Amino acid sequence: MAPAATLAAPRAEAPVLAPRKAQAPYPIVIVGHVDHGKSTLIGRLLHDTDSLPEGRLAELQKVSSQRGLELEWSFLLDALQIERDQGITLDTTRIWFKTAKRPYVIIDAPGHREFLRNMVTGASGADAAVLVTDAERGVSEQTRRHAYLLSLLGVTKVIVAVNKMDLMGHAEAAWQAVKDEVSAYLAKLGMQPLYVIPLSARHGDNIATRSQQMGWYQGPTLLEALDLLTPPAGRADATFRMPIQDVYRRGDRRMAVGRIETGRIRLGDKVEIAPTGQPATVASIDTGRGDGEQFARAGQSAAISFIEDAALARGQIIAPAGHMPHLALALRVRAFWLDSEPLVVGSRLTLRLTTAEHAVVVEKFERIVDVENLNDADTQELGQGGIAEIVLRSAAPIAFDPHTDLPITGRAGLARGTRIVGGAVVLGAAENAASVKGPVTAVDSSVDRAAFEARNGHRGGVLWLSGLSGAGKSTVAMGAQRRLFDDGWRVLVLDGDNLRKGLNKDLGFSPAERLENVRRVAEVAKLMAENGSVVLVSLISPTAELRALARSIIGDGFHEVWVKADVNTCAQRDPKGLYAAARDGKIAQFTGVSAPFEAPTSPDLVLDTAEFDIPTTTELLIAHIRRNLALDQADGHAVGI
Amino acid sequence: MSSLDQQHLDHLDQLEAQSIYILREARVRLKRLGLLWSLGKDSNVLIWLCRKAFLGELPFPVAHLDTGLEFPESYEFRDRYTKEWGLNLIKDECPPIEMTDPTLPPGTRVAARKSLGLAAALEKYQFDGLITGIRRDEQATRAKERIFSPRGLDGSWQAANQPPEFWDQFTIERAPGTHMRVHPLLAWTELDVWRYIQREEIPLVPLYFAKDGKRFRSLGEIGITFPVDSNASTIEEIIEELENTRTPERAGRSMDHEAEDAFERLRTTGYL
Repeated sequence: MAPAATLAAPRAEAPVLAPRKAQAPYPIVIVGHVDHGKSTLIGRLLHDTDSLPEGRLAELQKVSSQRGLELEWSFLLDALQIERDQGITLDTTRIWFKTAKRPYVIIDAPGHREFLRNMVTGASGADAAVLVTDAERGVSEQTRRHAYLLSLLGVTKVIVAVNKMDLMGHAEAAWQAVKDEVSAYLAKLGMQPLYVIPLSARHGDNIATRSQQMGWYQGPTLLEALDLLTPPAGRADATFRMPIQDVYRRGDRRMAVGRIETGRIRLGDKVEIAPTGQPATVASIDTGRGDGEQFARAGQSAAISFIEDAALARGQIIAPAGHMPHLALALRVRAFWLDSEPLVVGSRLTLRLTTAEHAVVVEKFERIVDVENLNDADTQELGQGGIAEIVLRSAAPIAFDPHTDLPITGRAGLARGTRIVGGAVVLGAAENAASVKGPVTAVDSSVDRAAFEARNGHRGGVLWLSGLSGAGKSTVAMGAQRRLFDDGWRVLVLDGDNLRKGLNKDLGFSPAERLENVRRVAEVAKLMAENGSVVLVSLISPTAELRALARSIIGDGFHEVWVKADVNTCAQRDPKGLYAAARDGKIAQFTGVSAPFEAPTSPDLVLDTAEFDIPTTTELLIAHIRRNLALDQADGHAVGI
Repeated sequence: MSSLDQQHLDHLDQLEAQSIYILREARVRLKRLGLLWSLGKDSNVLIWLCRKAFLGELPFPVAHLDTGLEFPESYEFRDRYTKEWGLNLIKDECPPIEMTDPTLPPGTRVAARKSLGLAAALEKYQFDGLITGIRRDEQATRAKERIFSPRGLDGSWQAANQPPEFWDQFTIERAPGTHMRVHPLLAWTELDVWRYIQREEIPLVPLYFAKDGKRFRSLGEIGITFPVDSNASTIEEIIEELENTRTPERAGRSMDHEAEDAFERLRTTGYL
């Protein structure tokens, strides 16, 4: 049983400047090639500043000797058993310490290439970096890769630590050689090191105390260099941007919630909401500080309502009137790739720019960077840990800022499904791309939606039926249409096969063409729903991305319906003989046979046609439509039953 | 321009805003959320932040994994604030110690009852997201955590294979039968929590404040949580004490210290 622990008496050497108010710790990431001594440097830094918790040194000595090692500083951070047993850092971690000037949080990052995702995770939270190099071995592969990633992550304050000077006899020439090499590389990335410090982490030279062995070095020790770092500039003076995270309803008031990334806002401010450009006026601001808030500023999470009845949705960006973000259908980005499966032209991704999600296709690589020399690499695919300049094309306009103007609304995560697999900074709209020229002003219909709905006795909406060929999508849709029509409903079917004979006859089945196919059908369905019709879309739409695109275009009235039947059942039915043809290799990219079908993870309705017969599933669909789209009696019109 | 407009966001404002951002993100991306309420200071802060994030409401249930071994003061606190904060409380009893892994050290087995209780709650309520109050500065394996942390089918933590997380872009995998842990307080330190409690006047179980020279710095079950020597009987005194201490926060938690890997074993099998 553990004894009651004792809180130690205040330390003998009381901190010179104990901050009374909570002070934000300055986040520093320690990066560099594996075995160049990152963990040892951190251990030494904590030890020499007397920052280790009580009992920690003894514990370290114990677990080190259990493994037959001398005191192993890296165990301080490598807390996982697998890390200690294999002697490597797998994942990033954080540890706190303070100097007389201010508190710090040290972020440790692994140096192995296969753990680059963890390095990025750690480094993205830092304001400055210590790039650790080895005096003996100089700049190595991960030194360069880490430096490049720092520049993409916007961590441009870099201190270079030239470690293991003891192995080089503490010679100035050894330090100078590394300094020249690393400075030249950083210069190509548009960075220059703030300090290049010769040190020996193992012996504590030039960490917290000035080295007796390197009298030739006049610059700061590592600890002094950290205290010389300036805090990042505030973001409140930049152009206002608040990406909408969610929309909450309080009474009859709708509020856009999100974090203000840059700038400030006050009551009465005129704003525009990208990408549509609809104008609005700020009616209320709530950041949780109590009633009567007048202002909010960068960094705050806020809930904002507007005087106008604005159409608000996650992914929109609130901007000052006249200062909207740029809009484009294709972006040039500089990307880093973390997935084990390489990125190639034609790959489909979700671009996650703040809270917006856009289905995009890799249109082309402008260049893939050879990180060794920063020349163009001779390859057609982007492997794990790689960096490239890419053109990404979207079906819907993307609102963005060039990252050099506003970094936060100028960068994005790259996802495959829901997995983050890379990141990108936006260089600008792709040249020759059909950019949207500012917000398009729509002409209002002479009959509004409410009038259509009152006459029809039901709301407009889109039932998006996805599923394998042969699952019964069209059969169920046609059955439901007939029944609802007989009851006086205004109901249409958009059938994928029929549309491919007309509207979409120029399209094939490549990822980009499937995307365009879905985009067109969704746009048409949306128009019909806005005019009060119930639209039954029957389209395989095999991936979550395609369905997400449809949902993003159609908005509130979108209902995802999965017409579910396994591939064997569908192949047995094979009403059009397509499965047989696909198996004979006569049809390439046939969903369920030679192309994947991603089952919907959270559909609004599942119609299991393998389990239930067609009349039953048709009834289920009709019931869902009535429940969601019929107007109540109170709305002034009888429900057609 | 008013003074408020010019005022710089201080550290607590930044932490609060970031935690609210995380909570709102969880609400958008996960359908069946629950919040784990240990009755301790950190999860009280969590509930406080939720009420701010969701404009005064708490739109999902709050679960207390009850071992029956909490201090009487803790039960009293739970019942009072369940009412006062309008919580939708789940308080199912955890399975008995006989059900835990017998190869674990004794104190660790008591804690492992919570892992079993958690697994039972996940099964019963089908949560796909669990919000918990863990922090990186508490414990070295927690320091390696993600804000959105995927759990396996058996609730396990794949410590060596975590997704990347940067620029507030989170990987949220929702394979059937699995759930995400959500950690809005990961970046907070023990002192941050106390300063925030002070600023916001958040209520606490009185055991945190010194009585007869002892107080609880970390609150858990009777028998595996021990008080520390202290005379800090107000929040101000606790903050001053923490600014000068070198003793780790969880020194009074026996399960952290029974074996080198005891806590990691608990965590990889589903513990917080």
